[in-house]
Formats: sequence, C-alpha cells, structure tokens
Amino acid sequence: MVIAAASLTFLAQLLMPGDRATALMNVQTGQQKRWTAAELAPVNKEFGFDRPLPVQYLHYLGGLFRGDLGTSYTQHRPVTQVIGGQLAPTLILTLGALVTAWVLAVAITVLTVKRTRAVSALGSTWEALTASLPNYWVGVVLLVVFAVKLPLFPVIGGSNAWGTVLPLATLAIPLAGFLGQVTRDELEKVLDQPFVTTARTRGMSDTAVRLRHALRHAVLPAITLSGWALGALVSGAIITENIFARPGIGQVLVTAVNTRDVPTVSGIVLVVAVAYVVANLLVDVAYALVDPRLRGRS
Amino acid sequence: MTVSPLPTAGARLVRLDRLRIRPSTAVSLIVVLWVLLATIAPDLLTNRSPTAIDLGGTMQAPSWNHPFGTDQAGRDLFTRVIYGARQSMGIGLGATALAMVIAVLLGFTAGLAGGFLDAVITRVVEVTFAFPALLLALLVISVRGPSQATELIAVGIGSAPGYARMVRGQVLNVRQAAYIEAAAALGHNRWTVIRQHLFPNAMRPLVAVMTLGIGQSVVWASSLSFLGLGVPPPSSEWGALLDAGREYITTSWWLEILPGLVIIVVALAATSLGRTLQHKLEGAAS
Repeated sequence: MVIAAASLTFLAQLLMPGDRATALMNVQTGQQKRWTAAELAPVNKEFGFDRPLPVQYLHYLGGLFRGDLGTSYTQHRPVTQVIGGQLAPTLILTLGALVTAWVLAVAITVLTVKRTRAVSALGSTWEALTASLPNYWVGVVLLVVFAVKLPLFPVIGGSNAWGTVLPLATLAIPLAGFLGQVTRDELEKVLDQPFVTTARTRGMSDTAVRLRHALRHAVLPAITLSGWALGALVSGAIITENIFARPGIGQVLVTAVNTRDVPTVSGIVLVVAVAYVVANLLVDVAYALVDPRLRGRS
Repeated sequence: MTVSPLPTAGARLVRLDRLRIRPSTAVSLIVVLWVLLATIAPDLLTNRSPTAIDLGGTMQAPSWNHPFGTDQAGRDLFTRVIYGARQSMGIGLGATALAMVIAVLLGFTAGLAGGFLDAVITRVVEVTFAFPALLLALLVISVRGPSQATELIAVGIGSAPGYARMVRGQVLNVRQAAYIEAAAALGHNRWTVIRQHLFPNAMRPLVAVMTLGIGQSVVWASSLSFLGLGVPPPSSEWGALLDAGREYITTSWWLEILPGLVIIVVALAATSLGRTLQHKLEGAAS
C-alpha cells in the first residue's frame, strides 16, 4: 500500500504541467517566464531532473526507505524537516478526537437506546444531525459561540491544552454522531438477544447488562470503521487546524498546496499513508481485545 | 423472476401505498426543487442583484429586509447564495459525473477483464479509496494550481475510487445473472450483451448512489474553497462565500454560518432523496 501510494505521488510530481525546473523557478521567484537553459541547469542538477525517469523513480523509492521524502521546492530543506516538527500536534489532535468521539458515542448510545420513545428519538436525531455536519461548519459555530460570543476559549488556539478543546470538539462531534449511529443499530439488536434476557433473569441491573454484556458486542462494527474514520479525521484535522490557526500538518499542507510545493504535499500524503497502515493494524489489535473469540486463533 | 399476478384491488392499493411520500422526502424534494430553480433562474427568487454594492448598509445582521444579512460591501448575502447555486451545483454535478466516468471505465475494465488487469486496478482503487479524499484532492490542486476546473477535477478524482469499487462489484454480480447467459446463448456478440444488458442492469443501483454523491461533492468542494484552494472569493460560489467570510468571523458570524447551513441543508436533502430512491429501486428489483 505504501509503495503504491509512493508511485502515485511520484506520478503527481511528473504531472506538474510543463517542464518541472521551469515550474519550480516560477514558484520560487513568483514570476511567470521562460528561463534559459543555463539558468535551469543548476535546478535540474539539484533536484536530479536531468536523470532518466526510471532512475529518478528508483532513487525516490530508495530515498523513502531511508526516510528521505525529497526536497521542498520552496524552502530548500528536506521535506522530513519541514513536516517533522508539525507531526506531534496533529497526532495529538486526531487521536484525542478519536478517543473523545468514542466516549461521546458510547455514552449517548448506552444512555438512550431502548429507553422511552422520546429519549431514544432524541439520541438518534442528535446522531443523524451531527454525523452529516461538515467539520468547517462545526468549527466555525464553536468558534463563534464559545470564543467570540462567550469568550471562554481563545480564538487562536495554539497547541496548549486550553486551546485544544474547541479543535478537539470540532473533530469529535461529527465522528461521534457517525460512530453512534452504527453502535446504536447494533446495540438495539444485541439487547433483543437471549443472553441479555438470561443476564436480566439472574437479577443483573439494566445498567450492568448494558455495560458488561451488550456493549462489548455492540462496539464491534464501529471499531472496524475506526480505521476508516482515522482517514476522515485527517481530512477534518487539516480543516480544523486551519480554522483555529493551530500548528500542525494541516497548516503546512495548505501552505504547500498554495505555493504548489508538490514534494511537500507528496511527503505529507505518504506520511498519512503510513499512519493509515499502522492505524489499521491497531484496529485489528483492538478487535481482538474486545472480541475474545478472535484470540488464540492463528 | 416470478410471473406477475393479475392486477387485483389489493395490488392497486400496494401501488398507491408506494406513491405515498414521507414528510422528510417531501421536504427534501422542495429543497432540491428550490436549488434547481436557483440554478436555472435565480432572478425569480430574488429581485436584488448579487453584485449590487450598498456602502450605507455594510455588515448588517440578518433582518426581514436582508434575511442572511449583508457583507463588507453591503451586498445581500441571501441573493449571493441564490446566484451562487449555479456554480456550486455545476461543480457538484460535474465532479460526480467525472467520478462516475472514471469509475465506470475502471470498474467495467476490471470486472470484465478479470485476471491480472483486474488485480492491478482493484489494488490501485483499494489504495486510493483507503486514502483521505481531501488529501487526494489537495494533491491534484498542488499539481494543477487552484481554479474552478481544478476544484471539479480534484473532487471528482477524490470520490472516484468509492464508485469504482461499487461498479466493479455490480459488474461481477450482474455478469452471473441468467439473462446475461441467455443473451450470450442467443448468439448476440459480446459488445451487444454488454451494452444492452450488462450496462443498464449494473448501473441501475448506482443512480441512487450518484444522487447521494452530488450532496457529498458539494460539501467537499466547499471544504476546498473554505481552505482558500477553490474558486477565489469575488465569485458567489458557496465555498467562495465561506472563504470570503472567514476574515470577518469574529464580528459578522452570518457571513460564515448561514452559507454553511445552506450547503448542509442541500447536502442532507440530496442524501435523503438518494436513500429514498435506493429503497424504491431495490423494491422494484425484487
């Protein structure tokens, strides 16, 4: 998967319209003109554009294995350096949002599934509504309500704990709605199962039945979807960081796209690809932890 | 397929029942019709001009006179939203159509060829599908530079892998059907069978998916514009309105929240209609 993604980003760098060295010089100087061969030669040499394409491709792939993502067109620094320091805040934001979304989704479903009609309807309406909200809108509404109208939080987030609350909520609320919808369907089915009735006849309280027996079954589909959700979280994080002017990958990415710094964009795409693979491995582990039937097999 | 029963009173009742429209569907239909009207004839919905500048009435909060308020040049935001519908829906429809074309090419090639070609295409589609769609779109924009055409292409490419998976699945599914075998047995050549039997039957469920997709495309396109990477602000495209309003977010919330709300309502309506269509088509197929 990572190699396929690498081939894709290499292709993207080739697809830049016109001669790459010319495009690069234009990007760097902010001009639109034709450059003489003498002016282009050092650029071609620096970035290795003068070598045949298969050689460039292998060089690129080889570099990736050594952790070299190429050189930024605009900053003349290795892409790893450009991205490196920005990874941590984004990672904290996305993982924090994933955990928050799970807590919210589980709390809301356990509290509202199969209660009185009004309560259940309230829960499912909340989920359907929040699941369909785009991140930018949630972010803007939270910003206006909790930072501008009620000055509880800073407008410009920064990466301290207090400034992280609103970005975290921006990412977690739609995701919680989505995970909640899936968990709700499953929890409704599970609560009709014979083993739930059995647990109840043993005199177990309703809350205990929900938490100890039903929940474990009900969260499985949502865990499967968490791997996919991480992809959505990355998309959301880019937008959220942008709204709250929070340092992170999203900021670097938007700047790089604006200045058409394709190697930096490609580098971020690859880092996300790796993160994605790791995340899906973790999802498998989580699955085995929750579902004892999968343990001891294989 | 079973022999259709003789029409009886009961059957007619069932058909009437099918025609009954749920309130949520009715609301969605109204929203979609409203957007279509705004797309075709925006001047019927408002008598203001989207570019009329009124320096005496800048940054007004929503009121009866200006339901969505006014912007920094005193332009009526409601009017701008109505006039922006054409461009936004154009991008949404265009992106979905582009995604569908890519998906049909890839899905049919993979589903019909099988073997090595199928393996390669499936692999590429899986990789790109697993990827955050926004990143894929940003990669396209960084290569081509931001513009309206780029936005359309970026959203189209970003959402194509999901459709391609479905198309391939449908092709594999329909291929096995008895009527395909029958058509082949009747001596029709391969292309005729594909064109007349395989294609329409494989694509039918995708009509509903496409309706769902248009709403999604509009939201994606507006996200790109929101980041300042789509259509630039002087335009009244919905995403561009969001981009323009960001500067004034601490003072004039309506410039940001109301166009966003319109996008959400339109996307929800398209999704709801798509779902209804999906149920109807499934009901008709069984």
